[in-house]
Amino acid sequence: MTRATRWALTALVTGFLVSPLLVVAVVSFNENRYMDFPPEGLSGTWYAQLVTDPSWRAAIERSLIIAATSAALAVAIALPLAYVLRNYRVRLAPILYALGVLPFMLPPIISALGAQVFWNSTGHIGRMENVIVAHAIFFSTLPLITVSLAMEALDPSLPEAAQTLGAGPRTTFRTITLPLLVPSMITGYAAAFVLSLNEYIIAFLVAGFSVETLPIKIFNSLRYGFTPTIAAVTVVFILIAATVFSLFAIFGNLLRFLGADPAVLEQQ
Amino acid sequence: MTERQRPGRGGYAVLAFPVIMLGVFFLVPFLIMAATSFYERISGGFYEEAFVFDSYRRMFGRVFLERAAFSIGICLLAGAVCIAVAFPFTYFLTRMRRRPHVALLILVLSALSLSEVIVGFSWSVLLGRASGISNILVALGLMDEPQAYQPGFWAVLLGLCYIAFPYCVLTIYPALSRLDREVTEAAQTLGASPRRTFWTVVVPIMRPTIMAGFLLVFVFTLGSYLIASILGRPEHWTLSVFISDQASFNANVPFASAMAMFLTVLSLAVVGIVSVVESRTRRVA
Repeated sequence: MTRATRWALTALVTGFLVSPLLVVAVVSFNENRYMDFPPEGLSGTWYAQLVTDPSWRAAIERSLIIAATSAALAVAIALPLAYVLRNYRVRLAPILYALGVLPFMLPPIISALGAQVFWNSTGHIGRMENVIVAHAIFFSTLPLITVSLAMEALDPSLPEAAQTLGAGPRTTFRTITLPLLVPSMITGYAAAFVLSLNEYIIAFLVAGFSVETLPIKIFNSLRYGFTPTIAAVTVVFILIAATVFSLFAIFGNLLRFLGADPAVLEQQ
Repeated sequence: MTERQRPGRGGYAVLAFPVIMLGVFFLVPFLIMAATSFYERISGGFYEEAFVFDSYRRMFGRVFLERAAFSIGICLLAGAVCIAVAFPFTYFLTRMRRRPHVALLILVLSALSLSEVIVGFSWSVLLGRASGISNILVALGLMDEPQAYQPGFWAVLLGLCYIAFPYCVLTIYPALSRLDREVTEAAQTLGASPRRTFWTVVVPIMRPTIMAGFLLVFVFTLGSYLIASILGRPEHWTLSVFISDQASFNANVPFASAMAMFLTVLSLAVVGIVSVVESRTRRVA
């Protein structure tokens, strides 16, 4: 394809991905509350409201707590699974791996409805911990993939050397393997954290009427019409996501995580 | 590599936590949902244990069939649009220098991680009458008065493409990045133009990848919930919206469960086809 087509397509895609975000960013600084575009005057009122308004602040705190704990639980589920499946010959290994990947592969409404009927049958309804567990299961696929990739890339002679020097399996894991897996655990945690922060349908069906997370709060306030506060919170979200993935690119190997060919990466 | 050993008692003990968690909080809920789909609905939004096929029979009613056909249709369309744009884009992306390459991937990932509610909101602003594209066109003198482009079918399709596009790029990225550069270089040494190389070499080699990307996007958009409810009217609702609506507001959990079972079977079938296609290509390669 010619250079011109290449540039045109890249520009088109970038524009498509960026333009709605740009409009929202502009609207979020609008002075009055009617979301005129182009805006009449600039102001930061709507950002201040996110911190001062108790209901927005509570939703933000709730979402952060859910994202932080569910991502940690997701890593705790994924790490042993990835480690044992890649390190030992386990019967049923493909089935166990599929079990770890399946929740994320299926449409989220299935996990959402499953969690809803499950918690209804236990009578433990509408609690924040229900959302945390449901998110942890759904997003555990992400750390499972990052840690499994790191296990594949691990030089097997390192744990072998430790064992030759007399370390038992537990010591080898703690002093050799685990430190080498930390970057992949962090990337898996970060991905699960960002996606949990943005997740709507599972949180809604599990405890939507009592635990109002940020996406649920945004959707509920959309029903009463647009407010620039929604635009402001959207901008904050976009910045969080972009920051997390930029850190990922700087400190982790983003391209390898996404499945790029290692040999090609070295040439570039 | 040395032959891997069977895990000892310690290994199995370590495995217990993830297996119990996934078993209790994924498999058990799924089985309860499957059982619920056979329960009988009684008045007042409750249901009781039974073994009836009422909910499945209802799936042959006009409402469900229309919803299912509409969802499958619009999701197939979104998948086709996405792969048609994402494939050449990703091909160019994998051949870029590292800096723009990483920057574009960060943009794609950021767009992927955005909540559907935010994507829906952003597009409803952009397509709305108060502060959207039409206002810019009016300001430029290209249009007489602002117009609203949502809610409507095209707005839903656009929104679905927006959430699915980054996902589509990421599913075809590994294969395109591993495409041997010698292949395209050989075609060009033999005199093929870049355009001809793309159509006669890259696309045919990547046909299974294109197929897999298309089908995975299809499953992904089937799971979309908020796009259709924000950017569409009730006649544009997809199955996920309909299921959630039955489960929460109409309080017909058995019917919602039956539809979720249908969605599971459909998704598993598509994912199954993808993995068969992929393993077959791996054997050829």
